[in-house]
Amino acid sequence: MAASSQNTSSSRALRDAQLIDSSGAWAKQARTAASERAQAAGLPQRRDEYWKYTRPDAFVQADVTLQSSLRKSLEIFHQRTTVLVTFEDGKIQSSALPSAAHCTLESLASASSLDLHWARDIYGRLEAAGQTPVQRSLAAVNTAVAREGLMLNVTGAVAAPIHIHATSSGQTDAIIHNVIQVAAGAEVTLIETGQYGARTNSVLEVDVADGGRFHHIRVQDGDERHLLTHIFGKIGAEATFKSFTLTAGGQLTRNECVLQLLGDDASVSVAGACLGDGRFHHDDTVFITHDAVNCESRQVFKKVLRNGAVGVFQGKILVKAGAQKTDGYQISQSLLLDDDSQFLAKPELEIYADDVACSHGSTSGAIDAQALFYLRSRGVPEAQAVDLLTLSFVAEAIEEIDDANLAQDILDHLTETLSAR
Amino acid sequence: MLNIKNLHVKLEEEDKQILKGVNLSLEPGKVHAIMGPNGSGKSTLSYVLSGKGGYEVTDGTAQLEGVDILDMEAEERAAAGLFLAFQYPVEIPGVGNMTFLRTAVNAQRKLRGEEEMSAGEFLKVVRAKAKDLKIDAEMLKRPVNVGFSGGEKKRNEILQMAMLEPKMCILDETDSGLDVDAMKLVAQGVNALRDDKRTFLVITHYQRLLDHIKPDVVHIMANGRIIKTGGPELALEVENNGYADLLEETA
Ligand SMILES: Nc1ncnc2c1ncn2[C@@H]1O[C@H](COP(=O)(O)OP(=O)(O)OP(=O)(O)O)[C@@H](O)[C@H]1O
Ligand SMILES: [Mg+2]
Repeated sequence: MAASSQNTSSSRALRDAQLIDSSGAWAKQARTAASERAQAAGLPQRRDEYWKYTRPDAFVQADVTLQSSLRKSLEIFHQRTTVLVTFEDGKIQSSALPSAAHCTLESLASASSLDLHWARDIYGRLEAAGQTPVQRSLAAVNTAVAREGLMLNVTGAVAAPIHIHATSSGQTDAIIHNVIQVAAGAEVTLIETGQYGARTNSVLEVDVADGGRFHHIRVQDGDERHLLTHIFGKIGAEATFKSFTLTAGGQLTRNECVLQLLGDDASVSVAGACLGDGRFHHDDTVFITHDAVNCESRQVFKKVLRNGAVGVFQGKILVKAGAQKTDGYQISQSLLLDDDSQFLAKPELEIYADDVACSHGSTSGAIDAQALFYLRSRGVPEAQAVDLLTLSFVAEAIEEIDDANLAQDILDHLTETLSAR
Repeated sequence: MLNIKNLHVKLEEEDKQILKGVNLSLEPGKVHAIMGPNGSGKSTLSYVLSGKGGYEVTDGTAQLEGVDILDMEAEERAAAGLFLAFQYPVEIPGVGNMTFLRTAVNAQRKLRGEEEMSAGEFLKVVRAKAKDLKIDAEMLKRPVNVGFSGGEKKRNEILQMAMLEPKMCILDETDSGLDVDAMKLVAQGVNALRDDKRTFLVITHYQRLLDHIKPDVVHIMANGRIIKTGGPELALEVENNGYADLLEETA
């Protein structure tokens, strides 16, 4: 059954004439340019090197035939005060958009109906900049046809996290495009929970100006759902960008993150922890470009896999000529709980500056027998001991989260997820 | 308390016999010490008793309070009251010491069909016991044994023992890596747990520990067997003369 309700374009369409016609001037231009980008690039193919470990088919086929439901991942942060933005079946609930000090929240629909809007400098621009050296055509498709999204303009320190919670039922095909502008010296935390659709193509563009701070915490649950996400970030001088993703469910997930460090002394971190069980394919694809002096970037990915689950990591650090004093760290590790599961990693460094410190490592391993015995000798039953060692394994990724309360919420959710399985 | 009869153990992976007929009988309330040359099988004995994998018992029995333990899982032995203070305590990054202790205490209680300890009560007890061992709040919060000094790791083992209140405590070289003051602290910790029911098996290379934890019986282990058993004076003899004479006697 095809899931094409009136407002949702198929993931395959590279152009939405009706949408372009109804767009304001800036959006008309952005959407037209994106559909040209997408057409020039073509949809990803199985033979593409860039899709070597994950088949793109599920993201480009015409129909959604997934029956997806969702566990209650809103409650993860229920103890925290947040500014809640909700999406239902791929549509932002714009009538219920909240307000908060030092920021404005709008829907993409309302922003794109105007001829002039601040999002003009970001929407599709960061995505376009992220199309080299590899083409991410599904992100261009997203820019071209997305109708739904949150436009968040941050002008100061926003006290409570902005929390997007998405719910969907049945076979929704969601295309979401969120844009965030963090002004110089401003700060915000974005939380994303739930699922936009049974199949989702989401893009998040974030422009962090000099001295700005952006924190992103995301929980990806769900059962049958297929999810493709792109983050495109542009980071200014002395700015901070930190994104953490916990994936605790879902059949197919590909999270791409493309960051450009353009100002000196900036610092970024992209981290992820995933728990895969059975029919589970999880791909983290990261590309970080250092194009300024004295910047730090960290990639920390931990995947726990069992019952045939597959984990993929493609991570690259590109240090451009002149990006001296770069400090790049990249680690991707998997904990394989049985022989059926698989981890495929392709870590890459490309360095054109001479005064840099970059380290990367990738490992695959089983539970440490010595540690397991230590725990059991203290009376902890085997299954519980394995859970504890699993938490121990992913801890390094969770430690990338700055806010201790939110990190604790993530840890609690993980503990609960583990003990429930 | 613990009765070991004719225990023969080989490595699972290779044909290497390590314990070649160990006999030991430990009565309730007593402290037994085992000394012996490197590689004689002391740690292996402690591992086999506490249920570590990789070994095969080819003959003999071990009973805790009359119950065979060699077929039990490691956690079941722990719940039955057996505790091993490791020669090399294991580091567990990302798991707080406190979380670990509480998980262990409650897991044992659950296995025994007892009620779990409340968070409040646990905190009170652990703080008091940690204080006696000069383990500060910061060390309790840190991940299990990660970045602990050698001496801190050993004190942490004793803290676990104090929290779990086992009946049968095996201490494998708990004195190694301890400075003089830490040794006294650890000995105090052990002595505080001594009563007329709890039994200790203390593996050590040095008489020094036995000055603080006075043993009732001293065994000498060599080449996978107990070759001599005596009183505290046996430890002094080893300290003064080494193992050469003893080994010759039994050769
Ligand atoms: N898993 C193993 N693989 C190979 N050899 C082993 C293994 N476990 C024990 N052994 C061997 O068994 C013998 C006894 O070792 P064990 O650690 O029990 O000695 P020990 O008496 O505790 O020595 P130490 O005083 O040095 O601690 C040694 O020769 C050791 O190398
Ligand atoms: Mg030893």
